Amino acid sequence: MADKVLMKGNEAIAEAAIIAGCRHYFGYPITPQTEIAAYMAKRMPKIGGCFLQAESEVAAINMVYGVSSTGHRVMTSSSSPGISLKSEGLSYLAGADLPALVVNVQRGGPGLGGIQPSQSDYYQATKAGGHGDFRMLVLAPASVQEMADLTVKGFELADKYRMTSMILADGTMGQMMEPVSLQYDVKEMPEKKWATTGTNMEREHNIVNSLFLQPDELEKSNIERFERYKYIEENEAMYEEYMMDDAEICIAAFGIASRVAKNAIVEARKKGIKVGMIRPITLWPFPNKPFLKASEKAHTFISVELSMGQMIDDVKLATKCRGEYVLCNRVGGMIPSPEEVLLAIETANKNGGAK
Amino acid sequence: MANLKFLTDKCKGCGLCVEVCPKKVLALATDKINLKGHHPVEAVNPDSCIACAFCATMCPDCIITVER
Amino acid sequence: MVVFEKPHALTDVPMHYCPGCTHGIVHRLVAEVIDELGIEGKTIGIAPVGCSVMAYNYFNCDMIEASHGRAPAVATGVKRALPENVVFTYQGDGDLASIGMAETVHAAARNENITVIFINNAIYGMTGGQMAPTSLPGQITQTSPYGRDTNHCGFPVKICEMLSQVDGAEYLERVAVNNVKNVKNAKKAIKKAFENQINGKGFSLVEVISSCPTNWGLTPKKALEWIDEKMIPYYPLGVYKDRSAKEAE
Repeated sequence: MADKVLMKGNEAIAEAAIIAGCRHYFGYPITPQTEIAAYMAKRMPKIGGCFLQAESEVAAINMVYGVSSTGHRVMTSSSSPGISLKSEGLSYLAGADLPALVVNVQRGGPGLGGIQPSQSDYYQATKAGGHGDFRMLVLAPASVQEMADLTVKGFELADKYRMTSMILADGTMGQMMEPVSLQYDVKEMPEKKWATTGTNMEREHNIVNSLFLQPDELEKSNIERFERYKYIEENEAMYEEYMMDDAEICIAAFGIASRVAKNAIVEARKKGIKVGMIRPITLWPFPNKPFLKASEKAHTFISVELSMGQMIDDVKLATKCRGEYVLCNRVGGMIPSPEEVLLAIETANKNGGAK
Repeated sequence: MANLKFLTDKCKGCGLCVEVCPKKVLALATDKINLKGHHPVEAVNPDSCIACAFCATMCPDCIITVER
Repeated sequence: MVVFEKPHALTDVPMHYCPGCTHGIVHRLVAEVIDELGIEGKTIGIAPVGCSVMAYNYFNCDMIEASHGRAPAVATGVKRALPENVVFTYQGDGDLASIGMAETVHAAARNENITVIFINNAIYGMTGGQMAPTSLPGQITQTSPYGRDTNHCGFPVKICEMLSQVDGAEYLERVAVNNVKNVKNAKKAIKKAFENQINGKGFSLVEVISSCPTNWGLTPKKALEWIDEKMIPYYPLGVYKDRSAKEAE
């Protein structure tokens, strides 16, 4: 296509956010996501937007909280240690039912860890983004094109469900360059009657708040929120199936790991091994249905991860633990090679699902 | 002629208005208890009131209206 | 003729503060200023975590409840999104001077065009009277039961003095609300802090020396006297910075 441009993944996120109508970005420098901030610093002043380098990730997420309270689209981005600092804000955003887009370009951990790619914030993103009962929509791009596409989608979903969308990328996705097309028909924002924009003396005052001192009221707000989550789980799960029609071995992988796995699958197929892949695009809601369906035929599930085995738990839950489960992983900034994945496939094929 | 109005049930009986009144107009009603369980303020010498509004100025709960 | 009545910007909701707590006076002063400037319809207030956490129930303007110490960051977001609106934070000493110190200093450094009302009562009230960053040397609290030992836990933080060294800050004044004269001065300062924002002058903070009779273990009257005897000598009242006035000289 003629309209394609070559961009870094981080830049694609930034430009897609601007196209989606985001005019406020707050962040703090941290590798490997800093290009997002740098891109925003260049672009926002030219289009009447606001880029502001905050004093900390904590401040940045609270600036996001402020802008979101006014009903405007807003985002922040960081990498793993910075996301930990933002978790307080993520919990408050959830408690106040505010929409926002948060990008995590993951690096190895725990602690200061390293600056090379990782997927070890999977639990944090999908299960424990902060204190209290809440969820975030977690979107996992596997190409620069998807970095952009899921950013636009993330804003739309955040507004639709009044919650945080998190782009869970990794250092590879952030740093690599690929051609992307940035043509979007961005959906109009829903009306935000709850926003604090000033009463104009025409209505009762709006209050953005996450404090409920009466336990029955707090319980009610939690139950209402989880009814929304249930609807999302039933309607918003996204995934890609690759060679799954006859698959006896099913690979589960997202992001960069899925690209490595695809190469291994091609090689395995050449050897006559019936292997396919389900690539979750939304990590929450996790695409349970295709995995459950796959478990009717597949005897083994191989979770290819850049972590010590986090998504594999969700694969087990989705398939009701009725298969064999193998973890094929590298961590600390290392990436599994296609050969390592192929070896795992061949071993699984030899075992045929036997323990 | 000054006139004082009190939102008696919002009064917490802190007595800051009583202390600040230069004309000893106010007192806590020790024989009464309001909805909050406090002895509320009342005007015991209303005729002495000069509408200086010192009482209202020091009232933390904004329960006093002063008219002249 | 009405000499004094509840300002419109204050709601009818009974305030939860303890008897004699001067939070209520400061709330009323802020509301009076909002009324006098005719800005209720475009004002957005940010409540803190602490005793005044439920300030969102007491002001008729739009309100946001922030996480502990982050009100200046939240206000920054609101003001950047709605520059024509008036944005104020209302924060206590634990919120502003301890956990939110970074947000406070950097909002000042950016000369963020917001108004900050800072209640200094030298104690953590909501959690039951623990030592605050502003608790006085020797002050007995739940977490300094033998008196604040400055060798062990350091000295109180003087916010106005500290921020006066920050180039970005526009206006810093310390006031008190322990008597009629001081309350009137406090209102003047609060009004100026809002007018500065309307006139685009930038970061304006009013530190209000306030009382906490319950956790100080004093009657409301004695607590106001304690402000004169102990607080004001350590935290002198006055204007600590007024950049526009200085430039006009």
